[in-house]
Amino acid sequence: MVSEKKSEKIPVWDLPDIPKGELPPHIQLQRTRVSCTFDAPTHTENVLYSGAYAAMGVDNSLRLPEFRNNFKVEVVSLSEDDMEFDMIGIDASIANAFRRILIAELPTMAIEKVFIANNTSVVQDEVLAHRLGLVPLKVDPRHFNYMSEKDEPNEKNTIVFKLHARCEKGGPRIKVKSNELKWLPNGSEFKLSTEKSNPDSTSKPKTYTSFGCSQDSMPEFANNPIASKHGDIILAKLGPKQEIELEAHAVKGMGKTHAKWSPVATAWYRMLPEIVLLEEIVDEKAEELVKKCPVNVFDIEDIGKGRKRATVANPRSCTLCRECIRGDDWEKLVAVRRVKDHFIFTIESTGALPPEVLFTEAVKILEDKCERVISELS
Amino acid sequence: MVVREDDADLFNGLHETGLNIDKQALAAPVKKAVDKFKLVPEFLKVRGLVKQHLDSFNFFVRTGIKKIVQANNLITHSRDQNIYLRYKDVRIGQPSMMGDSVSDLLNPQKCRLSDITYAAPIYVNIEYSNGGNEGIQRKRDVIIGRLPIMLKSCCCVLYGRDEEELARYGECPLDPGGYFVVKGTEKVILMQEQLSKNRIIIDTDQKGCVQASVTSSSEARKSKTVIRIEKEKIYLHLNGFASKVPIMIVLKAMGMESDQEVVQMIGRDPRYSELLLPSIEDSVKEGVHTQSQALEFLERKVQKSQFYTPVVKEGRALKILQETFLANVPVHENNLRPKCIYVAVMLRRMIEAILNKDTLDDKDYVGNKRVELSGQLLALLFEDLFKTMNEMAHQKIEVLLSKTARTSRFDISQHIKNDCITNGLERALSTGNWDIKRFRMNRKGMSQVLGRLSYIGTVGHMTRIAPQFEKSRKVSGPRALQPSQWGMLCPCDTPEGEACGLVKNLALMAHVTTDEDERPLIALCYALGVEDLELLSAEELHMPDSYLVIFNGLILGKHRMPQTFANLMRKLRRAGKIGEFVSIFVNEKQRCVYLASDGSRVCRPLVIADKGVSRIKEHHMKELRDGVRNFQSFLKEGLIEYLDVNEENNALIALYEEDAREETTHIEIEPFTILGVIAGLIPYPHHNQSPRNTYQCAMGKQAMGNIAFNQLSRFDSLIYLLVYPQRPLLTTRTIELVSYDKLGAGQNASVAVMSYSGYDIEDAIVMNKSSLDRGFGRCIVMKKLVAINQKYANGTSDRIIRPQRDGHDAEQTQILDDDGLASPGEIIRPRDIYINKQSPIDTKSGGNAGNTVKLKDSQYKSSKQTYKGTEGDTTVVDRVALCTDKNSNLCIKYMIRSTRRPEVGDKFSSRHGQKGVCGTIVQQEDFPFSERGVCPDLIMNPHGFPSRMTVGKMIELLGSKAGVSCGRFHYGSAFGEPSGHADKVETISETLVKHGFSYNGKDFLYSGITGEPLQAYIFMGPIYYQKLKHMVLDKMHARGNGPRVMMTRQPTEGRSKNGGLRVGEMERDCLIAYGASMLIHERLMLSSDPFEVQVCRKCGLMGYYSEKLKAGICSMCKNGENISTMKMPYACKLLFQELQSMNIVPRLKLTDA
Repeated sequence: MVSEKKSEKIPVWDLPDIPKGELPPHIQLQRTRVSCTFDAPTHTENVLYSGAYAAMGVDNSLRLPEFRNNFKVEVVSLSEDDMEFDMIGIDASIANAFRRILIAELPTMAIEKVFIANNTSVVQDEVLAHRLGLVPLKVDPRHFNYMSEKDEPNEKNTIVFKLHARCEKGGPRIKVKSNELKWLPNGSEFKLSTEKSNPDSTSKPKTYTSFGCSQDSMPEFANNPIASKHGDIILAKLGPKQEIELEAHAVKGMGKTHAKWSPVATAWYRMLPEIVLLEEIVDEKAEELVKKCPVNVFDIEDIGKGRKRATVANPRSCTLCRECIRGDDWEKLVAVRRVKDHFIFTIESTGALPPEVLFTEAVKILEDKCERVISELS
Repeated sequence: MVVREDDADLFNGLHETGLNIDKQALAAPVKKAVDKFKLVPEFLKVRGLVKQHLDSFNFFVRTGIKKIVQANNLITHSRDQNIYLRYKDVRIGQPSMMGDSVSDLLNPQKCRLSDITYAAPIYVNIEYSNGGNEGIQRKRDVIIGRLPIMLKSCCCVLYGRDEEELARYGECPLDPGGYFVVKGTEKVILMQEQLSKNRIIIDTDQKGCVQASVTSSSEARKSKTVIRIEKEKIYLHLNGFASKVPIMIVLKAMGMESDQEVVQMIGRDPRYSELLLPSIEDSVKEGVHTQSQALEFLERKVQKSQFYTPVVKEGRALKILQETFLANVPVHENNLRPKCIYVAVMLRRMIEAILNKDTLDDKDYVGNKRVELSGQLLALLFEDLFKTMNEMAHQKIEVLLSKTARTSRFDISQHIKNDCITNGLERALSTGNWDIKRFRMNRKGMSQVLGRLSYIGTVGHMTRIAPQFEKSRKVSGPRALQPSQWGMLCPCDTPEGEACGLVKNLALMAHVTTDEDERPLIALCYALGVEDLELLSAEELHMPDSYLVIFNGLILGKHRMPQTFANLMRKLRRAGKIGEFVSIFVNEKQRCVYLASDGSRVCRPLVIADKGVSRIKEHHMKELRDGVRNFQSFLKEGLIEYLDVNEENNALIALYEEDAREETTHIEIEPFTILGVIAGLIPYPHHNQSPRNTYQCAMGKQAMGNIAFNQLSRFDSLIYLLVYPQRPLLTTRTIELVSYDKLGAGQNASVAVMSYSGYDIEDAIVMNKSSLDRGFGRCIVMKKLVAINQKYANGTSDRIIRPQRDGHDAEQTQILDDDGLASPGEIIRPRDIYINKQSPIDTKSGGNAGNTVKLKDSQYKSSKQTYKGTEGDTTVVDRVALCTDKNSNLCIKYMIRSTRRPEVGDKFSSRHGQKGVCGTIVQQEDFPFSERGVCPDLIMNPHGFPSRMTVGKMIELLGSKAGVSCGRFHYGSAFGEPSGHADKVETISETLVKHGFSYNGKDFLYSGITGEPLQAYIFMGPIYYQKLKHMVLDKMHARGNGPRVMMTRQPTEGRSKNGGLRVGEMERDCLIAYGASMLIHERLMLSSDPFEVQVCRKCGLMGYYSEKLKAGICSMCKNGENISTMKMPYACKLLFQELQSMNIVPRLKLTDA
């Protein structure tokens, strides 16, 4: 807003008559930056219309070669579960699409059905089932198919776990943790209740699943057994003589149906902070400014003769607490902005897939969607 | 004396800490504030949350019951004095149940589960003589009845148990006790507010006449005496007299023959005598001059008894004057002079009130009120029942001994029966009706079922005070907030609506006193220079240099140095020589010193200050922290004392030590104690608009959470639980004190205050679906189903049989186990059978109850019970319990449970009276998210703030946000900023800034839908949200076709009966005004109760349709010639027939339309 005000002061007759093919600086600022003033963020919108600046002779259309040139992805940090990367030169709507897809549309496996044979613990069946559902599983969902209403549970759409915990009489209370979920590669062991026990039949008794083959014989799981991602999630606590015996069936699903299928704890982005010192800030003022910022965005540099000048050292760490523009006309000295096309994207994976894979999957889904739109339109 | 002791302590303390102390600094009054907060938990540790109930019950059990038995300890035969029975001692045994000759010890949980009364036998030791030559016999431990025992009282098995032992009894360690278990239900006897007894109250009647009234209550009698000025003459209104009697004649009848003496006694001020003159003249006019004339006059006025004609005709007036008139003033050896003086004092105060209107007493003043507790109420009940039992025994003896031929040997001890007391007590407690004819008491709703909706609701129920008036009275006075409520009654916690301001709650530190022995105190008063009333002449009574000394409403005498006397008494109290709850109050205006040791007064502890310097020093608090000191020692050493409302008027109480001045006598312990338990849960209540706090007090009781540690082993008829309850991030000291942090009722929701989607208007909230998926607001509703396996009088009984697995009802029986009962863990659907029971067809004839009869299968009919639940809710059988009820039938109880996630329409509330329903549920990806990736759990509309002015909620948000970022629970106790029990907004803001948030709590948010930043900073942070018990699932209702009422054939009413929705009068009016006649016709008749009638055009009466003739027939005309068919509502036809049955003939005149 500061720059805006300044530009307003330019008399109308001083403005260039002919469009120069480039935007005046204040409009350019509005187009590319969100200015975070003390009261409210302004110019948050993205200008998408290609002819938005036609009056000034500027073409606002998005062109593929330009996009190719400008678009950059830089990975800042990557660990097993977390990833932070910069996505530069893209519109907020596209970045948001990735975020939305990551949260809601990437499939994972999660426990959906729980067959409780015995539960004498204090945790109610539904609550226990709910807790089990939220346990993240370490399994690549791409190896599985969705299970629809009419599908039989088979080795391609269902993972079966068994949990049998018991607290002995006289023993201390125990915690049932998620590492006690044991993978049953051969499917359910519970016999179907409708099945009549037929002692002389040679065929295997029918269970709740009909696996064609054992899952551990599949190459992808042969030496990568399926288990919960974290072994230390407390599912229930058992007192003496209490017991839990159950079977949990995990299926493939999407985050929009239930948050348990979301592959990310959360995924989000923030726009790159840009902090501009509008005037030179020296001496006490500089020190004050440095002290004001709780995340050390500013630094002091010596400009000789014992004088100090404030500089912006670390704008990326700005959390937008707006301390630097609080009170006493500080807003005239410091401008806090966000770069509209630079996204610091963070993905926190729950563990089913590594974050970088998640992102590429998200890109694929968006691609699919675009193709679908194109094919529907044509 | 006390002070010196204190000094010595201080001196010793100095020796220990070293001697190099500046003497001057010591001499100077210390002004540093000492954090006295630790006293509050210490106080609550000794007192518990419901000490008033326990104390009162303990007092009854230890002293009250003994006094009652002592006062009525003899049953004798009316002629033979040698036949008698005397109660020597009474005591309460251990709670137990009388089985068949063996008694089982009881514990409360057992009683709750098996629907029995938690009661203990009342044992008496008796001494009796049967009149023969056997001499005096003695029996010990005779049971005269069973007394329901208050939980955690001194008779209870839970008394003084620690947490582990309580857990072993299946009891919640945090349960406050103070209630009874009667037939398995928990009953609280509410505290009853009353006008004080035995005190002169000056006020005006409806016509504006000044009156002085005394409600006397002594151990022997209860009466009400009213002296009123009507048309300048003063009259006495008393129950014993049929009409009003002139007070001068009453005085003459009591021996005050000299008018001069009367005037002297009242006061020699000429204005006084002027007002008395008409009354004196009146008595002269009546020709009454002497005592005998006066008594004769009164004799004529004595009320004629309806029931019996008294044997003695003479002296009834004198007897009334001795016994009924001012019954609280004792009469020794027919000396009525104390009563005369009492009347004189009453008259004097009345005249003062006429001359100066502000000397009228305020009935709403808390000092003029008493809070009657369960102990006193039980004592009344017990006294009545005990007397009844003795009377019955007496009658029985009379009857037995009047018979000449007796079959068995006479034994008087056999005739005290115990069911009378047992049943009487149990009935009163379970119905709540205190119907005591003897004391002319008939009150309803004295006991209530303890609310177990939430833990805090339970505790709140125990501090509730029931009003003295009916709720319907439209008066504002008693409902208004009284300044004298300060610290005694919570200013916030009162219901809305008709009981507003009448139902009150005790404040956190308030205590209700119990009776104390009067005699030593009276003796002490005389020893301290009170001049005995007996020795005073009438003239001396109101000397200008002396004050009257009034003890528990009884005039003891006068004292020449009232202030010194009061100071001496107070010193004795502080030294622990007299009871800590004795109150000494010098009333300068009335020139009286009031002493009170009676029960039911509300009082509270305060720190004593000498010349504005608190007696509690830092070293005392250090000792308290180190555990060498407790609250009792503070009391004992005179650092703290209890003041009742009256004595508070003699004190100058500083809120904080810093504010103390030279004249200050007391300092408050902590300001937040003026609120009660429930209002104490509100963070920063002092920043809220006051009605908001009141609303929260009502809603806090409806919040779901944990109700007790033993919640899963309870069989209440309805339990609401939260699956993942949390403790609030922003706590208060009260929360910690009442353990709300252990049994919370809510969750810390991350709230964004912004407008979103339009589904958040009118206080609705928008919820994040992912949060709900992850367990936010998930609750468990448990309901109880009961089935009884009945035994019948003819020896037959119900039976439960194994279900047939294949048959037409196989579908409904699949949840049944082989024993015919639904098994735990099964999903129970509507129309499922949960008990496969059969009843005998014939339950009346043949056989007797003693021997069981074996019946054939064909003699049973099915009486299986089916579950009637709503669709759309999965319900599971949680537990099944079998027990024997009191008729020794097998009783099967089921707890069924359903787990629910929040849905649109469920009600939520923050702790600031800001309730709202869930307006819509939105996917997480559509929700806004912050720079740190935080996505709110719910969105609240900012329009909720301006008109409600709940600033406390905003501070709660800030404080919780700071709390989560720095990892420390923040505090928001009421008025806590100066003493550090509430974090200041400034410091909270600093914390926020330190952790990279904006100081004002507003975050930079991105829209989840467009991905662009929002054009405003959004106020976002955690707020503790409560889920209230009102859920859509329990309320939603619609009907197409359905059941109808038998009589009118109209649709049934109410959701439970699947009833229709009524088009009422106002709706009908709308339709009439609009002119939608066909719609009215359809709604009011076709959709309700259309009926075809045959009307005879000739006689106008209704006929019938004969199936045989296929035609309508008029039964009046006996033919079918003039029959028309028409439609009318069945209710209309019914009305006609009902009118006909009352000899009114409605005739229908039909015309062609």
